[in-house]
Amino acid sequence: MYQTIKIIIDGKECIAKKGQYIVEAAKENNIYIPTLCNIEGVKPKGACRICTVKVNGRLMTACTTPVAEGMSIESESAELTDLRRSIIELLFVEGNHFCPACEKSGECILQALAYRYSVMAPRFPFMFPIRELDASNPKIIKDHNRCVLCKRCIRVIKDDEGKNIFAFKKRGHKVEIIVDPESADKFTDELAEKAMEICPVGAILVKGKGFKKPIGQRKYDLMPIGSDIEKVSKSKKAVL
Amino acid sequence: MMGATVDTILSKYRHDSTRLMDILIDVQDEKSCISDDTVKEIAKGLKISMADVEQTLSFYHFFSKTPTGKYTVYLNDSVVAFMMGREKIAKAFEEAVGCKFGEVTADGLIGLFNTSCIGMNDQEPAAIINNRVFTRLTPFRVKELVKDMKAGKDIDEMYSAKTGDGNNSHELVHSVVNNHIRKEGPILKTDVRQGEIIEKITKMTPEEVIKEIKDSNIRGRGGAGFPTGLKWEFCRRAPGKQKYIFCNADEGEPGTFKDRVILTEKAKLLFEGMTMAGYAVGATQGILYLRYEYKYLQKYLEDVIEKAEKAGWLGKNIGGRKNFEFYIRIQFGAGAYVCGEESALIESAEGKRGEPRDRPPFPVEKGYLECPTVVNNVETLCAAVKIMKYGSEWYKSLGTAESTGTKVLSISGDCFHPGVYEIEWGFTINNILDMVAGFNVQAVQVGGPSGALIAPNEFDRILGYEDLATGGSLIIFNESRNILKDVVLNFTEFFIEESCGSCSTCRILPVVMKDKLVKILNGLGVTRDIDDLLEWGKILKASRCGLGQTAANPITSSINNFRHLYTSLLKTKKDYETGFDLNLAVQEACEATNRIANV
Repeated sequence: MYQTIKIIIDGKECIAKKGQYIVEAAKENNIYIPTLCNIEGVKPKGACRICTVKVNGRLMTACTTPVAEGMSIESESAELTDLRRSIIELLFVEGNHFCPACEKSGECILQALAYRYSVMAPRFPFMFPIRELDASNPKIIKDHNRCVLCKRCIRVIKDDEGKNIFAFKKRGHKVEIIVDPESADKFTDELAEKAMEICPVGAILVKGKGFKKPIGQRKYDLMPIGSDIEKVSKSKKAVL
Repeated sequence: MMGATVDTILSKYRHDSTRLMDILIDVQDEKSCISDDTVKEIAKGLKISMADVEQTLSFYHFFSKTPTGKYTVYLNDSVVAFMMGREKIAKAFEEAVGCKFGEVTADGLIGLFNTSCIGMNDQEPAAIINNRVFTRLTPFRVKELVKDMKAGKDIDEMYSAKTGDGNNSHELVHSVVNNHIRKEGPILKTDVRQGEIIEKITKMTPEEVIKEIKDSNIRGRGGAGFPTGLKWEFCRRAPGKQKYIFCNADEGEPGTFKDRVILTEKAKLLFEGMTMAGYAVGATQGILYLRYEYKYLQKYLEDVIEKAEKAGWLGKNIGGRKNFEFYIRIQFGAGAYVCGEESALIESAEGKRGEPRDRPPFPVEKGYLECPTVVNNVETLCAAVKIMKYGSEWYKSLGTAESTGTKVLSISGDCFHPGVYEIEWGFTINNILDMVAGFNVQAVQVGGPSGALIAPNEFDRILGYEDLATGGSLIIFNESRNILKDVVLNFTEFFIEESCGSCSTCRILPVVMKDKLVKILNGLGVTRDIDDLLEWGKILKASRCGLGQTAANPITSSINNFRHLYTSLLKTKKDYETGFDLNLAVQEACEATNRIANV
């Protein structure tokens, strides 16, 4: 039996389960805190920093910080909204994201967040990095141009012995995702499919397969990201 | 370990994947690189994937997948190295060797590489060649060294003068490094007999030991300044059968070298401090996490540990007391500044990439191998021994009310006496400059690149947690230095190089900010650019660790205190400038068509 505690999010008193992460507690109280690298049920990593909130005045990531009795959390302030927007912009300028030509358009979390946070043109200059398209694996294509280095694939996709298939290589701004060179025959169709699904952007694609749903009918084409949590009706789209 | 195969190295570490760092270091030392075939062999032996080996291997600066030469030269590229003539040294190396930095000669004999601060700022320019340090290099010395390399000389035969002072001349150190202890205080003074404190604490309860440290109000000397006694108490109270004491000897903050001197001269004191911490929190294993740059101290430090075991001050039944057990081993890093952050250090010691962890949980609850772990700086542990000897009241009589005790400083740059100084907290910058003979000073960098750049109008500020908190790095710049080009740009590039890349903010923003700084340096900046830099710097506060949170400090602190240096470079009567340079953009095309770019 879990213990329930009281916390405050943006001035609203909320009931939470002791030990659960802020982002989960918020969700159960119909409050959306944006996330990108986080996956429910998987150990959080705090890589993208988009879920940054203020806990008792200190910046913390909501996906990695457990709630505690009486905790006061600030999430939707002008300062934090601008911080989140700036992080989304940073991710856009770091890679080469051409939404109209991307297979993931409409189901891409980065794109959906950009819409929700009204990102028009980023305040930072584009870096236009020269990145490779890696099609050496028989099952998947890795498009480094779109990768946001969220580590989702590293954390979720394992082979049948539990070994890592994806990994980080190098460090700092040179970091990139690599696929285990011996993993080619470990890739089942299911695993490839799972890898594509877990990727929040269009950086992992299953070879020889387009998306079933046409553009216009995809997840975030219909409802802005977070509106399912906020229980906002279709006609009252949550746009900041 | 000469002639060791990958297999014997794996066996030495019992095929334990948490010892991947040691395995990679041994393999690299043995084969001068870690090839794809070797990665495969290691992965197989440890039952992990090749990608797992690759992600650790590619994180650390001193590992290489291609041969780095029979002689591998790592030339320090810190700010002070440049101030002391690094450019001429680099040129001399390239000319004598016949290849550029970042390359290896065609015959595989010599490799030239750049490296971040190696902890020798008091004797620059300096380089590490095959794990031995060569200091105060001159173009003449470089030619001699390269000649010796070409003649195939043993590295120890390449010293031209006698070895350094103190234990630098010990047969197991045999180094030309000098200590440069200029001011000795209570911590650096030799007044504790080996085992003296162990005899004392074993007559006390662990709680009494912790209370004495708590009462002294000592705070961590690495820079973060967490109260040491509290850290020990949290760890003691944390549930867990096995607990660990780490000594953080990864001093990577450019300009810091005081731990190098303490390790060279006060190793016994340090190990006694670790043992005492072990007694206090109930840990039986201590690990000294030592930066790879100090590998030349390995044999000596291992010998001190071995002798302490033989004398009964380490191992089982320490000091004759039953059930008091404590062991110490050395864990090497392999070139990563971020591993000085305690949770990144633990990750690294577990054989992983040195990426800081999210907190909570804190290392005192869940640290090394998920066990409660204390991570203390070298100086903190030594100070703790002195507190036990003389008492917390004595310690509180030193320093200021908020910052008790002394601080060992590493002072370098434009002064007559660079070196190690132990002072009481509360010294002003002016006091410091008087002490080290620094004249015509334009600025002082307090606390390394992650600290602050202080201007003369603030030289009456004091060193202490209440004002200028510092891990001990002070770099002095005189009026001849170009602060923005030579200092701020170098520090910013350091942060870019050393970011672990895990947080989006710290991975991307310093690069964006550096580009803007370069734009200003190129005379293309406008007022808006300065405001942008200050605003953007705030975004980094959302990063996970201290490295990320402070990565903009060189830029923001220099704007705050030296704004005139920026404004003097700006384009006037222009409030918008894209930074686009048409001549530069068409340069390549012009070269290809043999025209001159003069649009």
